[in-house]
Amino acid sequence: MLKINGENVDAAGKTLAQYLAEAGFNQVRIAVERNGEIVPKAKYGETVLAEGDCVEVVNFVGGG
Amino acid sequence: MDCRPVPSREEIFAALEKKQGSVATAKLQAATVAICGLGGLGSNIAISLARSGIGKLILIDFDTVDITNLHRQQYKASQVGLPKASALLENLKEIAPYVQYEVHNEKVTAENAVRLLEDADIVCEAFDRADAKAMLVDVVLEQFPQKTLVAASGMAGFDSGNAILTRKVTGRFYLCGDGKSDVDQDIGLTAPRVMLCAAHQALTVIRLILGEKDA
Repeated sequence: MLKINGENVDAAGKTLAQYLAEAGFNQVRIAVERNGEIVPKAKYGETVLAEGDCVEVVNFVGGG
Repeated sequence: MDCRPVPSREEIFAALEKKQGSVATAKLQAATVAICGLGGLGSNIAISLARSGIGKLILIDFDTVDITNLHRQQYKASQVGLPKASALLENLKEIAPYVQYEVHNEKVTAENAVRLLEDADIVCEAFDRADAKAMLVDVVLEQFPQKTLVAASGMAGFDSGNAILTRKVTGRFYLCGDGKSDVDQDIGLTAPRVMLCAAHQALTVIRLILGEKDA
């Protein structure tokens, strides 16, 4: 188990890109923090989620 | 144009000290803040920080003032068609003449962000498009391990202003807004709600500069 946006998620072993696609996130509108560090977009495909990770996906909406 | 004399630097500084205290005023005077995007968020953030006596503002926008900007952005009807960066500079110089301003009439990209933002202690994300917001968060947090980013998401529509909050996502990343009201859903934008979000961002910047312990 790992935590994504505060919820327990069974996603250990998946890449971040896989998880985001399955969860329906639009990659160009998000920023992802994993264990307190930003994950650059270019590394979503190679970042493998691990047991105990704490992930925050910030989904931006338009307006300003 | 009115040509009445403006107060001196010393008079303005003394007035700031009277209202904000000398310690806070000195800290603000020593800080440099970059504002990326000079629309409803950025123009309001800039005016708040300039009034607070920030040392230097780096102001960046590639766009020109449109008539549809006037309802929420800090431009005048006479400035429609001018580049936002130079129009805002003109307005800021009238409000706070002794702040140091650096303006860039260009689009912030992943490629030029380092050149544009390297002198800033704190960066404000004040774009309107969600993809641009996400890009800037990535670039700043990845390329500048010492900088703090204050971003915004969700200030469209006419929902309660009480839904607009400031949240610390991680140590160097603060996010203001309601997190969900999306201008792309055609819910509109209204000046006070956008200004509330801009005020959250400006206050967060000030609190970070002052080292408020719960910031």
